[in-house]
Amino acid sequence: MKKKITFLVSVLALALLPLIWPDPYLLSVVASVGIFVIAAISLNLLLGYTGQLSLGHVAFFGLGAYTTSLLSLGFDVTLWGMTEPLVVTAKPVWVSFACGIAFAAIAGWLLGKLAFRVRGAYFVIVTISFAQVMRMVSLNWVDLTEGPMALNNIPALTMWVPGEGVIDLASKLSTYWLVLAVAVVSYLLVAAIVHSRIGRAMIALRENETLARSVGIRVTHYLGIATIFAAGIAGAAGGLYAHTVRIIDPDVFMFMFTIMMVIMVIVGGKGTLAGPVVGGLLFGLLPEVLRGVVSPEIQWMIYGVLMIAVLVFMPKGVVPSAGNLLRRYSAKSMSEQTPVVRRKIA
Amino acid sequence: MDQLLQHTLNALVLGSTYALLGIGLTLIFGIMRVVNFAHGELYALGAYVAYGVVAMFGMNFFGSLIVAAIVGFLFGTAIEYFLLRRRDLKAIDEVMLIMIGVMIIMQNAELLMWGGVAKSVPSPFSQEPIVWGAISVSPIRLFVLVTALALLVIFYLLIERSRLGLAMRATFQDKDAAKIVGVNVSHVYTLTFALGSCLASVAGALLAPVFVVTPTMGDLASLKAFAIVILGGLGNLPGAALGGFILAIVEEFGAGYISTAYRDALGFLVILAVMIFRPQGLFTIRERVG
Repeated sequence: MKKKITFLVSVLALALLPLIWPDPYLLSVVASVGIFVIAAISLNLLLGYTGQLSLGHVAFFGLGAYTTSLLSLGFDVTLWGMTEPLVVTAKPVWVSFACGIAFAAIAGWLLGKLAFRVRGAYFVIVTISFAQVMRMVSLNWVDLTEGPMALNNIPALTMWVPGEGVIDLASKLSTYWLVLAVAVVSYLLVAAIVHSRIGRAMIALRENETLARSVGIRVTHYLGIATIFAAGIAGAAGGLYAHTVRIIDPDVFMFMFTIMMVIMVIVGGKGTLAGPVVGGLLFGLLPEVLRGVVSPEIQWMIYGVLMIAVLVFMPKGVVPSAGNLLRRYSAKSMSEQTPVVRRKIA
Repeated sequence: MDQLLQHTLNALVLGSTYALLGIGLTLIFGIMRVVNFAHGELYALGAYVAYGVVAMFGMNFFGSLIVAAIVGFLFGTAIEYFLLRRRDLKAIDEVMLIMIGVMIIMQNAELLMWGGVAKSVPSPFSQEPIVWGAISVSPIRLFVLVTALALLVIFYLLIERSRLGLAMRATFQDKDAAKIVGVNVSHVYTLTFALGSCLASVAGALLAPVFVVTPTMGDLASLKAFAIVILGGLGNLPGAALGGFILAIVEEFGAGYISTAYRDALGFLVILAVMIFRPQGLFTIRERVG
């Protein structure tokens, strides 16, 4: 109950922010941070709840971005063995955006099928390789992706509203609200999954895979579900990124983007719903605070040091530690008021 | 035919340094179960040390190799001592993320110190290629090949014949049993990490005059090292050496006969293929994956 109220209040506060503080620069910064928060939320489903460290998560982000950009721009490509080029005309942005999500989800399902044959370090390396292959393809398949020349003039976001037709979402304000809406939907989706039977199965296999298997949990089935949703949400983040930045190149597959998402999840607290949001806001807004004070190299070094410090001193992340602190504090004040014998739970 | 020989020779040269890179990584994984993401940065560190001592102190290239080896060794020792010694190495993911942190810090420190511009280290040999019939090789590449092979042999002897090697192999087989018979496991860990780092650093210094030195060279080196190690099976030393040569052959022939543009992608496709069909690596039969 308390959590629900906190959630509603924060969403409301974020939604009303533009009305109180209508600074376009602030709005665009928060919107771009929001995009990474969405990606971090999706990574948390895999990393936090199933316990699989995927270091290729940027692949889905990039796939979502490229799919929606290409479809909304239209393209023609001659595939191997084809005499006539395949011509795809430009689609409305909201259609291509949905296709981007779907395509990323399918890719997630496929990669999950392949990668979950192995675990631990091996899994990590398969996911990295996948992202690297995607980057190489986007760099070298110039006919389709323009390679390093980048895809330009990607149309801004639009939305189809029943009765209203297609409305334009190019303004900073509408982008901000859209990112917020997608973030809220992703958060609620992940929360729903985590609190369902599926989520309990995921947590069971995170804690002890052999045991989970022995009580009849179909491990690969649930891992597959987790990757589909994680990839789809990451694809949505990529789509938002492509249509707000309006230009993408193979750098959307950069390893550093994955690292960024991982840092957000780890520092915020993996396996908690609020973790990636808190971590995402922290690490998304930090560059804005540090900008002008230190060079980007120092900034990244600070990130590295912070990540190591959190892993060493606060391995669960900021959110659970803060929660513990609060609980201890309130438990203390409660015991001062009412002398209840508190049973130690071993 | 001549072209085939030429490609094979090129692959051999490249493969010998890949093997150095892979052996260091697989050693660290095999003995400590640490997936060392900073491995490529140690390779870059070696290259920068070579550049630094050659360009700034005017030391010759051969001396710079030794300096790079020492610096790599000390760096490895420091990383192990400060970041891994008191950690629970069983938490593979956590340790992996710590190493990613080290990677980020090292890479950006390099950027900060040397800037983004690629540096080149002058070759100590003449630029005239040595020609045998239709195939040719530049003297520096030949030197790289010979040095790398010599290091591989020395390393092999160290592991197989020395007391330290014995302690390493014992720790590799069973950490607790090694402890019982009096192996100082934490010393073995430090030395393992230092030795692995040293090999990566030497590989970087060796290749510095062949390629250019850039701050992002570590990224690709890390990923290639992983490809090599996966090919041989994580923790398998001879497998890593062979894996290095296989990756070099795949890249060299792939670039020669299929497409230069996809040269670096080929390595990853190989990883994905090995992972799908033989996840335990090409040469490992024992270890269970997962």
